[in-house]
Amino acid sequence: MSLFVTELRRLGKRRLTRLMLVLLLVGLATVATAFSFSSHKLSPDVVAAAQAESDAQYKRSVEDWKRTVTDCEAAQARGEQTEERFGPNCGKDYQPQPEMFDPKWNLPYQFDFRAEFPTFIAVFAGAVALFAFIVGASFVGAEWNTGGMMNLLLWRPRRLAVLGTKLAALLTTVLGVTVVLGALWTAAFWLIGTSRGTTAKTTAGVWRSIGLDGLRAVALVLVVGAVAFALASLGRHTAMALGAAVAVFAISEIGIRIAVGVLSVPFGERYVLSTYAQSWFMKQAELFDYDTCQFAKGACEPAKYVVTWEQSALVFGVGAVAALVGAFWTMRRRDIS
Amino acid sequence: MSAVLEIEGLRKTYRSRKRGVRHALDGFDMRVEAGQVHGFLGPNGSGKTTTLRTLLGLIRPNGGRMAILGQELPHALPTVAGRVGAIVESPQFFPHFSARDTLGLLAQAGELPRQRVDEVLELVGLRDRAGERVKTYSLGMKQRLAVASALLKNPKLLILDEPANGLDPGGIREMRGLMRGLAESGMTVVLSSHILGEIQLICDSVTIISLGRRVAFGPVEEVLAAHSQGTVRVRLEAVSDLPQAAETLTRSGIRVATSEADHLMLSGVDKPAEVSRLLAEQGLYVSELTPVAVDLESVFLELTATAPVPGQHRQVDQSAKVDQTGTAGGWGA
Repeated sequence: MSLFVTELRRLGKRRLTRLMLVLLLVGLATVATAFSFSSHKLSPDVVAAAQAESDAQYKRSVEDWKRTVTDCEAAQARGEQTEERFGPNCGKDYQPQPEMFDPKWNLPYQFDFRAEFPTFIAVFAGAVALFAFIVGASFVGAEWNTGGMMNLLLWRPRRLAVLGTKLAALLTTVLGVTVVLGALWTAAFWLIGTSRGTTAKTTAGVWRSIGLDGLRAVALVLVVGAVAFALASLGRHTAMALGAAVAVFAISEIGIRIAVGVLSVPFGERYVLSTYAQSWFMKQAELFDYDTCQFAKGACEPAKYVVTWEQSALVFGVGAVAALVGAFWTMRRRDIS
Repeated sequence: MSAVLEIEGLRKTYRSRKRGVRHALDGFDMRVEAGQVHGFLGPNGSGKTTTLRTLLGLIRPNGGRMAILGQELPHALPTVAGRVGAIVESPQFFPHFSARDTLGLLAQAGELPRQRVDEVLELVGLRDRAGERVKTYSLGMKQRLAVASALLKNPKLLILDEPANGLDPGGIREMRGLMRGLAESGMTVVLSSHILGEIQLICDSVTIISLGRRVAFGPVEEVLAAHSQGTVRVRLEAVSDLPQAAETLTRSGIRVATSEADHLMLSGVDKPAEVSRLLAEQGLYVSELTPVAVDLESVFLELTATAPVPGQHRQVDQSAKVDQTGTAGGWGA
């Protein structure tokens, strides 16, 4: 237990941890603040103003239409050809209708907590996952690099216990940060919803769904932190994790996309990692193969491939377990020099 | 006297496709008695640090037996780790932590009282700089911090790898006093160093390693005595005659240990008069013929065959592997 508390303290004392936490807080606060300015509460006055604007637009449009019809009839009376210029029947069939001037189009943007907050959970998860990756990789990478790990092993020679305790301290810290900031993030958007948007229809079922999205975000953040920790431990350097991340991004997001495009692989994006991240948050990702359609023959329903969140869990889970098993195995087997 | 540290037939082999097989430790033996300050000497790449790392569980050996405080390693390492303080090679600490933070975290990991941190900071002379970041420390201050971290546990066995590295002369003297004081308080100290004068001054016994094998061991005075017999310094009237003198003596079975610019050092000379006679027969006239009392440095250079030779550049692994003979009292003797 003392080692666990020590590692929590060590992680908290690290300059990078504090710097990244400040950057994360500033980033999230900036997003929330900027977003709050873009949302406007739809008060009865604002709705009435939008309705009045729509009515005015409708009236202007009708007057324009009447003037056009009159001009057309005058031209016909002069014996001129009007069909090309005014359309058939002087455009009488195209009289503007009131429903074509929906007041909604004149309303300012209003944040709808129920409909839009899940997207902001994904944004939050992305930011905290980046924090977890950098802090996780650096926590163990810098320890190896500066000799801290060796010093610690002279005190606690049980290698697996030391690495496991460090991982536990990292995940506990990341979990704590995610839960606390997640609560603040939810409160901030609830506040934006109540003061400058709407929180209507946020039923218990909606909160349950938001809770599940939150759990998915927490799981992703923990997996990212653990993988970064494992990679840096495997390479005994922070740069190993950062290098691996760049390599995976380059291979998955660029290399594979180009390859499946060139080879015309059906549903090629199922081999791209970000598809699984998207599916994890959106519960599923739908991929379409438009090559199966011949649009010249009319409307077509393209072939569909669905990546489920369960498949995402499998991909990320297997990746994380493989990295962690590798890290612990090398910790046990490799000499420390 | 009971042994605090015992090593028998320790082997560590590195295999590489490019460089082939290298035996870092090749059946190395070592024994350190309780309450001693024991010098552990060897040229660069001889296996000193590998031995210490293996003892401390950082390197997995390929064979042999190790025991600390009567407990077999590596099995009992977690049990004895609390009674062994160590620094291995250059001191390495997280640069952005202060000395107090660094030691505080170690003390917490080792479940030691917080006041122990202040005690060791005082002991190594870092009390007034303890709040500063380690990255602002000089090498000598980092070395003091490393010694403080090793002393934190108040260990029974203290293993220090080059503790005087980077210390100023005053610091070296303080370190010498500290080692002596610790030994007098009952602590056993194993000291790896290249400052052989220091080792000779403060150590009760030594082990010398070369190419992964022990080449000498025992109390310092016995090691010196065993290698000081028959060492003679010879100067000639004409310096230009030294090469011919060296050749003549070598031909007659006398070992020329070193050939300096203005003199020769001979070893294994029973009768100095014989040297004088042999040279005179060749028309070479001696201006000085002095029996030399050897110091640890010359013994070390002789045993490890690492004395510099004019015009040659010795490579790191060029040192002697001697049959395991030594003075009495060592493990396996």
